[in-house]
Amino acid sequence: MGFWNKMLMIDRRWIFLLVGLSLLIPMFLSSDFKLSISDEVRGIFDAMEKLPPGSRVLMTFDYDPPSAPELQPMADAAVRYCFKKDLKIIIMGLWPQGPQQAEMSLQRAFEVPEIAAKNLQYGVDYVNLGFQAGNEFVIQRMGTDFKEAFPKDVRGTVYEDIPMLKNVKNFSNVDFVFNLSAGYPGTVEWVQIAADRFDVLLGAGNTAVQAPLAYPYLGGGQLVGLLGGMRGGAEFEKVTGFKAKATTFMLSQTFAHGIVIFFVVIGNIAYFMTRGRQE
Amino acid sequence: MRREIPLVITSVVGIAFVIQYFIPHSPFDRFEQLFSDWFFIIAACAIWLGALNLLKLSIIKIQKKKKDWQYAVIIVASWLAMAIAGFAGGRDFQIPGTGFDWLYVNIYTPLSATMFAILAFFVASASYRAFRARNVQATLLLLAGFLVMMGRVLFDDILFGPFVQDFTPLSDISSFIMNYPNLAGQRAIMIGIALGTVSTALRIMLGIERSYLGGGD
Amino acid sequence: MKTSTLLALLLLLLTTSAFGIIVDEDTTDSISAPVSMVTEEAVRPQPALNVIGKDTPNDNGGSIQVSWDLSPDDAKGMVARYDVERKPVGAPDSQYEVIGDATAGGTSITDNYPESGKSYVYRVAAVNFAPTVAGGKVEVTSFSAESAPAKASAQWFNTNRTVVLIFAIVLGFLILWYIAQAKAGKELFIRRIAGLEAVDEAVGRATEMGKKIFYIPGTQDMENIQTIAGVTILGRVAKLAAEYETQLDVPVSRSLVMVTAREIVKEAYLNAGRPDAFNEDMVHYLTDDQFGYAAAIDGMVVREKPATMFYMGAFYAESLILAETGNSIGAIQIAGTAMPAQLPFFVAACDYTLIGEELFAASAYLSKEPKLLGSLKGQDVGKGLILVVILIGVIIQTLGVYDVQSLLNIVAE
Repeated sequence: MGFWNKMLMIDRRWIFLLVGLSLLIPMFLSSDFKLSISDEVRGIFDAMEKLPPGSRVLMTFDYDPPSAPELQPMADAAVRYCFKKDLKIIIMGLWPQGPQQAEMSLQRAFEVPEIAAKNLQYGVDYVNLGFQAGNEFVIQRMGTDFKEAFPKDVRGTVYEDIPMLKNVKNFSNVDFVFNLSAGYPGTVEWVQIAADRFDVLLGAGNTAVQAPLAYPYLGGGQLVGLLGGMRGGAEFEKVTGFKAKATTFMLSQTFAHGIVIFFVVIGNIAYFMTRGRQE
Repeated sequence: MRREIPLVITSVVGIAFVIQYFIPHSPFDRFEQLFSDWFFIIAACAIWLGALNLLKLSIIKIQKKKKDWQYAVIIVASWLAMAIAGFAGGRDFQIPGTGFDWLYVNIYTPLSATMFAILAFFVASASYRAFRARNVQATLLLLAGFLVMMGRVLFDDILFGPFVQDFTPLSDISSFIMNYPNLAGQRAIMIGIALGTVSTALRIMLGIERSYLGGGD
Repeated sequence: MKTSTLLALLLLLLTTSAFGIIVDEDTTDSISAPVSMVTEEAVRPQPALNVIGKDTPNDNGGSIQVSWDLSPDDAKGMVARYDVERKPVGAPDSQYEVIGDATAGGTSITDNYPESGKSYVYRVAAVNFAPTVAGGKVEVTSFSAESAPAKASAQWFNTNRTVVLIFAIVLGFLILWYIAQAKAGKELFIRRIAGLEAVDEAVGRATEMGKKIFYIPGTQDMENIQTIAGVTILGRVAKLAAEYETQLDVPVSRSLVMVTAREIVKEAYLNAGRPDAFNEDMVHYLTDDQFGYAAAIDGMVVREKPATMFYMGAFYAESLILAETGNSIGAIQIAGTAMPAQLPFFVAACDYTLIGEELFAASAYLSKEPKLLGSLKGQDVGKGLILVVILIGVIIQTLGVYDVQSLLNIVAE
């Protein structure tokens, strides 16, 4: 069998091996690189930048551990930035594991000296309302009354006893909603219900697969901005000044993309070479 | 009556849902919430049907030593381990430190993450096979794919960074593709899907489409 | 008196006065009070203006919108926040109570706590902080004039959704019209859908090879319309499988889907005249978990090597995992989903893919039932209408003849 025929029929395990190496090896390398900030990411940053101290930001963690490599860096950067700007954070999740991911972001934020010095108090500066089953119907319920959707927070404290939620009845008492989503329920539901029906100011962070789906809403103005995949996370880390994992992993992703492009090119050359012979 | 009653229920609930979307006045404002709560209660109770079915089939497979019965042993053991750990933990079965949480963090989470990570490899092999410039449309797809793949990572910095400052043509082209052709295509597909959804829903509500009840029309 | 003596007396007087300023206020009120009052007045902001309370439109009567113009001192940074207070009308002994607040620069909040049928008046307090002599802070407030009374009321129609209603009526009419046309015997053309034409071939391939058909009806529950479309197609595939005596395996991710799919497959076997060949374990539950489900199916596929795989319904990230595994064993794969994010993966890994609404058209296409074909035609005409409206709107907007976007905004609000 000729070389190009062999390339056309290459065992996929060779591809898997090279992709694996292209992801692994860059993790041991370090590199400084510039990253341009896209309009989508700038949109979210600008919206948050305009919020005065004391504003309430609702952060919804609608993802689970498999999507954490892409979405956790976005969450970490957003939480740190909110605390840096003295914004109050209300955390919730439509996925069961979401609030646990939020706790990880909070712990990482408190390790930053600038934020630790603020001595932030649970229930006063941030609160975790936890997970609620019901998908988009939870969002619907929150449009009327947050307390109906979340009668207690993760620690079992009754809604009325949480100081920072004293005058928070529904979306009209929240200044910005930042949704982190890996699928359903997620950004689409937040746009269709919260942004469309309750006029909420909404920004979103999505996995790279989900992000193309959100562009129509970005174009339509229902989303003020969008963080898409690892690149979106890295740009947001850069613009908020908290460089972390998304920035680190960009090099691995670059190599992986390079390997995929290499194989696609080889595959096409093999296709044309063998097609020529057949003709 | 076996089919008529479900059809009537479907029609009534469907029409109620449509009406409540346009009428905010009480009692219509409570319909959506009420029916969705009922659905979730039914779905939650129905989980037992599935879970017990899985257990039953696995036990039968083990008893009769059918092909690959060893995997059924793993299913039964895992099923029982999680169920027992969950019930043993009581109301706070999810809090850190419980057996259920240990199983979740140390077994379930890494397994889920591994399955998701497999996608990285499968995308590469699927791309290798599918991205062939067979005709004009396939070539355009190929080029768009290349440009977006390169624009979403650090190729601008690697290829142009050493020579020209702040020159990011790949990122800009990638952004253009996402914001215009991709957006247009997504909107077109979404409009088509929405129309298909409305048409299917109307057929179901009016009883024209009945195959979901079982069998022919 | 000597100058030196005068100077000493003056010094003594000044020292005493200074001492008086920092002494505890309780014993020297007359000295400290004038100083703090001056300080407070200096930082007291001017009140907010034009407070208006208005019933929130298009709701169930549960809220009132309160808006105001900023205090003239807001731009100078002299306002820390605005407290919004309300008092019920017609209750002489009632007091103002705080119902919400807005940060500086804010000009509205929503009162979500009005009682049904009660009128309220509102006022807004512009709040700032003044330093105290003890080094602390005290709030200084200016109250606005009272608003006119406002009462929350429920509306019977949400005018934001007028456009949706119009389109829904038009589309519904078109669908019903063409269904009537089809029932009256009019022939309706439907274009060839390669994926659906291949269903027979795919089932036949499994029969010839003596291997199974795997049918995956998506990973979502019965409330998802794609799942309903998926199980509808399952009925057709099951009938073929019954006629050809091919093994059918339907692993599902939701219990309700299992129950529904079982009934459908059972009826299909009955209609094919093969009730004896039906076994309820053909349709079996695996797990609700996304990747657990994908892992289980992958394992089954790799071990049992089915000849044919159908993926019909709603999928997420597991789509490529399933399709690529099916491809690796050489199965013929037909997929159909209305999840735009997953379509590229199915297109790349499967032999045939039903894109978006083709999934919903499958039932009509496979049965050739006139009523179902009529609904497809109505749907297509509706799509044509939307295309025309979009085209006209784009031309008008581009030429600057009229701001179509503002028209939509007006109707929407």
